[in-house]
Amino acid sequence: MHSATTTLTIRVLLFAVFRETLGDRQIELAAPVGSTPEDIFRLLEERRPDMSALRPYTTFAVNREVVSADTVLKDGDELALLQPASGGRND
Amino acid sequence: MIELTYDPLSPDRCTQAVRQAGSGGIVTFVGCVRDLSEGKHVEYLEYEAYEPMALNKMRQVCDETTEMWPVKAIAIQHRVGRLEIGDDAVVIAVSCPHRAEAFEACRYAIDRLKEIVPIWKKEHGEGGETWVGGPTAVPTEPGIPLSQD
Repeated sequence: MHSATTTLTIRVLLFAVFRETLGDRQIELAAPVGSTPEDIFRLLEERRPDMSALRPYTTFAVNREVVSADTVLKDGDELALLQPASGGRND
Repeated sequence: MIELTYDPLSPDRCTQAVRQAGSGGIVTFVGCVRDLSEGKHVEYLEYEAYEPMALNKMRQVCDETTEMWPVKAIAIQHRVGRLEIGDDAVVIAVSCPHRAEAFEACRYAIDRLKEIVPIWKKEHGEGGETWVGGPTAVPTEPGIPLSQD
């Protein structure tokens, strides 16, 4: 049982390489108040150490907008891990 | 008109969707699945999208393009799921009073779409399976140094 005042529930959406590595499209996590996307990434790394190699390829989106890794999350936020989308050649 | 779909795209429908009074020029861009990537033969592609955010960002592309050029109308279609060689992956049609603007606006829209819309493609073929722009899913070589962030 968790207290609503000390933990957040974060819905993490996983696509592409993250989905393949973690084996899920969506994970609900409980995290301490004050957690950031970086903190959530660490929690995912604990589940799957292979995630570490993906950190350089990770951009975070909260509620469908790109944010910095140190943004403070709110209860109920939707966090997506985005890998770079190649645009094909632009020339 | 903004669409994400598993179905085959229609450049004609997009062109028609932007045809209106005052449009002297319509430029329709069609992005096609090629059989070659980095010199390696590709069998098919898989496109995956963060759909609600992709739709938002496609709308943002339209808004930005319309702010910068005298756009009469824009239509964007992007396909997701499995695509075969020769399939159309994305269509953008833009109408403007004159052709110079239409070319520039359409060029901007496709370049910007590639920058901000969360859609990813995976190539299946001679080179194995690769997410374009990303690493392979699970590192297979031991001892890859972790990048210092």
